[in-house]
Amino acid sequence: MPHLPSPSVPSSSLLHRLRRTLRTPLGVTALTACIVLAVVAVLGPMLFGAEADRVDTNAIDQGSSMAHLLGTDDLGRDIAARVVVATRLSLELTLQATVIGVVGGLLLGVAPTVLGRRLGRLVTATVGVLVAFPGLLFVLFLATVFGVGSTGAMFAIGVATVPSMARLVQNMTASIAGSDYVAAARILGVGRFRLVSRHLLPNIAEPSALFATQAAAGILLSFSGLSFLGLGVQAPQYDWGRLLNEQLNGIYVNPVAALAPGVAVVLTGLTFGLVGEVFAKASGRRAPLSRQQPPSEQSAMAPAPLPDESAEGALVQVHDLRVGFPDGREAVRGVSLTIGHGEALGLVGESGSGKSLTALALADLVPHPGRVQAAEITFDGHDLRSDPHLGTTLAMVFQDPMASLNPALRVGRQLSEVAEVHLGSTRAQARARAVDRLSAVRIPSAARRARQRPHEYSGGMRQRAVIAMGLMGEPKLVIADEPTTALDVTVQQQVLDLLAEVRTETGAALLLISHDLAVVAQVCERVLVMYAGRIVEDLPVAELVGGAAHPYTRALVGAIPTMTTDPNTELATIPGRPPEPGDADQGCSFAPRCALATDRCRSTRPELVGFDTGRRVACWHPVGAVLPLDVRPVDAEAAS
Amino acid sequence: MTTALTRNPWAGFALRRCWRLLVSLAVLVTASFAMIHLIPGDPVRAALGTTASPALVAAEKHSLGLDQPLLSQYVTFLGNLFRGRLGESISTQLPVSQIISSRLPATLEIAVPAFVLILLTAIPLGMSAAVLTKDGRRRRGELAFTTATGLLGAVPEYLLAVGLVAAFAVALPIFPAASQGGPSSYVLPVLSLTVIPAAVLSRIVRVETLRVLGEDYMRTARAKRLPARLHYLRHALPNLLTSSLTLGGMLFTSLLAGTVLIENVFAWPGLGATIVTAITQKDYPLVQGIVLVYGSASLLITFAVDMALGLADPQSTIRGS
Ligand code: SF4
Repeated sequence: MPHLPSPSVPSSSLLHRLRRTLRTPLGVTALTACIVLAVVAVLGPMLFGAEADRVDTNAIDQGSSMAHLLGTDDLGRDIAARVVVATRLSLELTLQATVIGVVGGLLLGVAPTVLGRRLGRLVTATVGVLVAFPGLLFVLFLATVFGVGSTGAMFAIGVATVPSMARLVQNMTASIAGSDYVAAARILGVGRFRLVSRHLLPNIAEPSALFATQAAAGILLSFSGLSFLGLGVQAPQYDWGRLLNEQLNGIYVNPVAALAPGVAVVLTGLTFGLVGEVFAKASGRRAPLSRQQPPSEQSAMAPAPLPDESAEGALVQVHDLRVGFPDGREAVRGVSLTIGHGEALGLVGESGSGKSLTALALADLVPHPGRVQAAEITFDGHDLRSDPHLGTTLAMVFQDPMASLNPALRVGRQLSEVAEVHLGSTRAQARARAVDRLSAVRIPSAARRARQRPHEYSGGMRQRAVIAMGLMGEPKLVIADEPTTALDVTVQQQVLDLLAEVRTETGAALLLISHDLAVVAQVCERVLVMYAGRIVEDLPVAELVGGAAHPYTRALVGAIPTMTTDPNTELATIPGRPPEPGDADQGCSFAPRCALATDRCRSTRPELVGFDTGRRVACWHPVGAVLPLDVRPVDAEAAS
Repeated sequence: MTTALTRNPWAGFALRRCWRLLVSLAVLVTASFAMIHLIPGDPVRAALGTTASPALVAAEKHSLGLDQPLLSQYVTFLGNLFRGRLGESISTQLPVSQIISSRLPATLEIAVPAFVLILLTAIPLGMSAAVLTKDGRRRRGELAFTTATGLLGAVPEYLLAVGLVAAFAVALPIFPAASQGGPSSYVLPVLSLTVIPAAVLSRIVRVETLRVLGEDYMRTARAKRLPARLHYLRHALPNLLTSSLTLGGMLFTSLLAGTVLIENVFAWPGLGATIVTAITQKDYPLVQGIVLVYGSASLLITFAVDMALGLADPQSTIRGS
């Protein structure tokens, strides 16, 4: 017999996981409820059977009393006793119908695998048609065929469960049957039935069990519904539904008697639901453990020194910007920057360096639960966080144009609403402006395109539409976060040209976030390099190649990806990985990957300090830079 | 044809859905025809009772056409169906189509308001729950919402109906407990049909809203600094509607089935009450006719929801089909 590795989960491990889940509060509740139900079902008829059947003509249709807790029915029988006794029959019928449904569903679900293609397709199609009918209609149809009564109802409800179970099994087997080891088993000549019993069934056991408990809850409800309609259990037998049917007429006299069987049905249904939850938990569908990281120590460091250039009249002024998360991680750790009017500034760094969060903080769009703190953050002279003009003066361009336009709204509408809301335009004016802006970003036949929804646009057109959206107002700053990364190489250049054109025409400043130095070098005048949440170098674009002072910048330049490189392979040539936001934060964060690192680098963090004109660097041993005396690297230390 | 389909995915989608509808209708018609033949024993004898004379049984069989060969019975059945003839009820001797047309309005009078009410309550409720509890805010409120709607979802409609009768017709006699009458008699049946599907749908809407709020295009909308009303109603609502209705589509067909039980609780003179009596009386032609009505109605609802979604959100619906 060929031995094949099968990824089936050994049942012992399921049992193990079940046992563990049973110890949780949920498991304990479910188990207790099951035990209570079982005890009532087994002992109920023995203890209360006589009481439930005793006809007492002196006590007909009584309300609740000490003698009869829930009152009596039209033959003077004790209703409480009858509700208890009915537990057994209700559960029995439910379980039998569940078995019919599950077995039938498994047979029909596995059939396509065993029967070969033609017949298999037929079975799949039949099941597909049957699941479209509402369950109760199916039950009524079958109840007509099988006849009124508990056996007929049991078959009707059981068979009505088959299609949805079969559908589930078919979906699962289809994915398993396509897998490698089943293909291997086929090649090795493992028979169809052996394939099913050894490979398919073990793999679908868990989800099937889960479905069975859920189906049981539904079946219980259907069964009592059918009995309630008078189509299920017939007198003198009685289940909960039948009791409800009998007591409904007396609801004016004794409402509790009519409600009691209903409460029993709901509680039992909830018990089945709990068992299903336990199975689901044990199958590993539990919530992922929250990775609580110890809050990193707030380094008691002095705020980064203010940029030495005069910041008077700058468009954006940010000082000591921090973006933190409730678990204590800090993704942006004290960034200070200025953007002049009309300036094109690049922000580069690896993914996870905090550059995108910095940009989002500048746009006041940091997603929850991120918290933004800053000593100063002004835009055009106002505090950014309370600037009412942000909707028209700040334009955002995001990375994925496929996702950043609303799929349900026409593109023109998404543009024109900006003018309506912020500029007080009428609908017609706003629409005209939207068309005008769309043609400004060279969208052909803009009037027609404005009436289309984003899915009719290509990726490049969408990105241009997003840019046009920013042009609806009078932008003073365009923040573009990886605007070309998701685009085809051929379209990237067009979008970059468009951004440059927007700058010259509107005089807006540009903050371009990218991992791609080639893009930044082409569009920007000045570059900020970010590493592990901090700015490590601030330099003119002209100095980027050959003139960078920070070892990290130099490494980046050495690893410069061209427009054709796969963005995921970026910076592969710098050995090591950047630190995670939660990692210990001591010394220079780049030290583990830096060829020039010394003990000083590992113990004390270099601050971002200015040198030359308008350049800043955070490094103890900057390459080829003439630093002010106080921060000049000490050679003796380097030698140690 | 293949090229036409690839060129216009929507047409392909509509064609596939129409084909599926036709096949399902054919299955429904055939099944309802086959029903009387699937019943073990002699259905006519069972319907008329053991005391009926053999001559009467034979006459009834003849009038039902059961003495014909199976194939010609099927052809006759189809022919009659196209002319809107569904045969005669065994117990009342009235045309089935007449019984159905006199009973259907009462069913629609509670089903349609319930349908509208479900949409009108579930969507605002689910959306506000999502907005109030997004990003892990108001953990307690979230727990209360999910527990309450989850518990309601575990209650079958007819039990809720009994509970509502006990509360608002017996304990506090505000509304009548049974039978069709003035406007107040509609309150409890419609509520019984509404509350549970609305609870289930509002759960779905909440989850869908949370998903939509996390989408990139909602960040774009945030960047536009729109007032909250536009942000949620114009940008979030259409997107979550399509996906919630896809998931909630089943809810509407089961609403139809729910009327069967509710009508029996309230002695409502609709189709649901009729089919139950017909089944107990073994009035097979009547059962057959009502099964056809319910079945085709639910198939048409599913079809309509699918097509509406295909129109509203062509991209995702068609891709997912
Ligand atoms: S401070 Fe030291 S470790 Fe950090 S970049 Fe400069 S030389 Fe390298």
